[in-house]
Amino acid sequence: MKNKKDITVAVTGLNAIDSPGPGVAVIRGLKESDFYNVKIVGLAYEILEPGIYMDELVDKVYQIPIPSSGFDAMLERLTYIQAKEKIDVIIPNFDAELMTFIKLKPHLNKIGIHLLIPTKEQFEERLKGNLNEFGKKHDIKVPQSESVYSINELEDALEEFDYPVVIKGKFYDAYVAHSINDAKDYFFKISAKWGAPIIIQEFIKGHEFNVTALGDGKGVMMGAVPMRKTFLTDKGKAWAGISIDDPKLLKMTNDFITKSKWGGGLEIELMKEDKSGDLFLLEINPRFPAWVYLAVGCGQNHPEMLVKLAMNEEVKPLKKYDVGKMFIRYSYDMICDLDKYEQISIHGEV
Amino acid sequence: MSKLKYESPIIKQINAGITSKFGELSTHKPTTHIANVPVKSLIEKYGSPLFVINEQTIRNTYQEAYHAFSTRYPNVQFAWSYKTNYINAVCKVFHSEGAWAEVVSGFEYKKALDNGVPGDKIIFNGPDKSDEDLKLAVENGSPIHIDHFDELYSLITITDQLDKRAKVAIRVNMDTGIKPLWDRFGFNYENGQSWEAIKKIIFSKNLDLIGLHTHIGTFILDPNAYYIAATKLADLAINIKNKFKHDIQYIDMGGGFASKNTLKGSYLSGTDLAPSFSDYADNITHALLNAGFSSEDLPLLILETGRALIDDAGSLLGTVLANKRLSDGRRSMIMDFGVNILFTSFWYNHLISPAQECSLYTEETVMYGPLCMNIDVIRESISLPPLNKGDHVVVHRIGAYNMTQWMQFITLRPKVVMIDTDGKTHVIRESENNEYISKLEITPKYLEHIDL
Amino acid sequence: MKLKKNIAISESGFVFNPEIGTSFTTNSLGVAILKQLKTKTSTEEITSSIIKSYDVDSITCEKDLEDFIRILEQFNLIED
Repeated sequence: MKNKKDITVAVTGLNAIDSPGPGVAVIRGLKESDFYNVKIVGLAYEILEPGIYMDELVDKVYQIPIPSSGFDAMLERLTYIQAKEKIDVIIPNFDAELMTFIKLKPHLNKIGIHLLIPTKEQFEERLKGNLNEFGKKHDIKVPQSESVYSINELEDALEEFDYPVVIKGKFYDAYVAHSINDAKDYFFKISAKWGAPIIIQEFIKGHEFNVTALGDGKGVMMGAVPMRKTFLTDKGKAWAGISIDDPKLLKMTNDFITKSKWGGGLEIELMKEDKSGDLFLLEINPRFPAWVYLAVGCGQNHPEMLVKLAMNEEVKPLKKYDVGKMFIRYSYDMICDLDKYEQISIHGEV
Repeated sequence: MSKLKYESPIIKQINAGITSKFGELSTHKPTTHIANVPVKSLIEKYGSPLFVINEQTIRNTYQEAYHAFSTRYPNVQFAWSYKTNYINAVCKVFHSEGAWAEVVSGFEYKKALDNGVPGDKIIFNGPDKSDEDLKLAVENGSPIHIDHFDELYSLITITDQLDKRAKVAIRVNMDTGIKPLWDRFGFNYENGQSWEAIKKIIFSKNLDLIGLHTHIGTFILDPNAYYIAATKLADLAINIKNKFKHDIQYIDMGGGFASKNTLKGSYLSGTDLAPSFSDYADNITHALLNAGFSSEDLPLLILETGRALIDDAGSLLGTVLANKRLSDGRRSMIMDFGVNILFTSFWYNHLISPAQECSLYTEETVMYGPLCMNIDVIRESISLPPLNKGDHVVVHRIGAYNMTQWMQFITLRPKVVMIDTDGKTHVIRESENNEYISKLEITPKYLEHIDL
Repeated sequence: MKLKKNIAISESGFVFNPEIGTSFTTNSLGVAILKQLKTKTSTEEITSSIIKSYDVDSITCEKDLEDFIRILEQFNLIED
């Protein structure tokens, strides 16, 4: 189409694997834009992220340094990439990288890259370890939780909990532990990967509901689609889900975005307790979820809206969406030649 | 035909999940100079390993910290934490910038006196003050920060005996959300212990309560904890004013500011996590300015931060003794410095750079110290280009706690040099030799001659 | 001692072992050594050819080469 605007968007989270990152879903939304003609620059941490090999979705891929190597390494790499690609917007899709992008934002703005992401304060306030405070402040029920830094603290803290109990990492991973030994195993497993603290959380028996939403950073909820997970994989990820019409969920999401002036995509994870019917907030993820394409399918293209907001285009908030649309996740074996793998592993770009 | 530049051959298996060379760009950029002085020439002249202090960095860091607080609060004083680094030259750089001394033992107290710090500008902290120490501090008019009731009673006795007044403060511990709670030092706020101590002092004959002190922990990454702490101390000060019509002259917020080092177990790099001086200053000054003091009653704000002021200014230069393949195929490297002089390697993943131009290709390496002890590991895993025997490295940000916690174990402690603001290098502590170590030893006569 | 037959080595430093499907990266001297290992079997020959074209002493070269070959063995790239 001639009248579409050309734009270059860089996206992370191309790991569309069994516990998928949101990158590929975000790209699908962008590619369907009526407003933009989008060129996609994939930013990959690992050389086997499937998105790297999806030629129809991703135009160019660069490897970037893992967040733990620090702000300077990332800035240097992105500056190099920017000189070649003239990126207009970056959409980060990992929790663990967000702090780095928050710090980098002013530097990236200077080299012409726009971002719509939460502020440091918003990011920290919703950290899993701070959920109790968060619940009090926003008047939202949260499961009892406690952060621990050592195995001794874990043992002490567990005395206050009934089993089963949920053991969670700061950024990722959550396991249900049925005994103190389970809990210790998970503590070591998670802390080896993501460091301290580890969060112990009360187990709520019920059904999980999720909302994918977008805030403009000024207090307006630009869109939101609630979903019920209809089936889970053995890793606890959504296998299938269905969009639902629940004003309570939408109100909670709207209250949060309005009060916090959230900027960027987010996912709210809630549990409706079986016995009481009460809603408990489990997590707020500071990015789009892997199932964000359901929102696109329901008529709200959140990734496209995020790009428009980042580029200061006029965007109207969307209220309507199709209820009862389902997503079903499937896996698909791509056939790839070795040369692409060689390119990315030797040169870090392809 | 000229020969090609040699670089050791490397081969790495490509694994999903393992980042390639792009993952570690910043860690293996060579550091060939410190304050414009070549690392190579420093080692040639002063030996290896070698501690190097960059005076300009100390001054810049101090001024940045002072500026952060003094632009937000009218009345600010820093006190240099001796235990963090008490090499005299280092202390004197801080004193020349205007910092008082903060000491936690009789040994440190005398060091501060010897460095020319007036008695009333030496803050005496800590749980270990002998009666002799306390007498000296009373005579010199130093602010004594009382740690426990036994010390409070000793001080009452001593001042009565000397018939002299003492200037005192109490150290207060409190819940600021930081774990672990450092309740082993000072008097607890929440259970009323600190108020008890305050009353005792107010009603004592010879003690003048001039300040309130807290020190909430170490390597505090959440500046908001200082807001809570400052609010609680200010609350105590205002209660004292209301109940006893007594003005508190200063509030001492202690230290605990994080440096940019990366703690073991932290996922993100310390350079990204450490709050700035402005972040800490915002929280502390905001709390004090809003506590309800009238503008003429605003107490002096004292800060005793050590680590954040000196870490960046110190580097440790070292040399590769050997490369070695471990039984499982990992590369390992033996350095001429170990945990004996780099104590902080127990809790940091120190940033370590090669000191000469090197290859872009890196390999995961275990970095060992030279000690014949299994615990002597500098880094369990660091991605480095191949270095040859005799090549040099620079360990960054080691200014805090190493030149005080180092030990003479198996080998001797090396020289410390300081590069001044004109780029001139000065030895500020000599390397130790056998004579120095043996000087304190006394061998019983009957063991003097052995016949083997 | 020789490199296994089908090992593919590209100039870029990408190495592929089709027998078991593993792949590797190596640097330019690594590429040069691997190529020599396709035909030559003695480390002395390889060492002397490296010393001829690279600025290196024989002890460093020998140490590095032996280390490199040990790693190749561990990666299953060498034939007995």
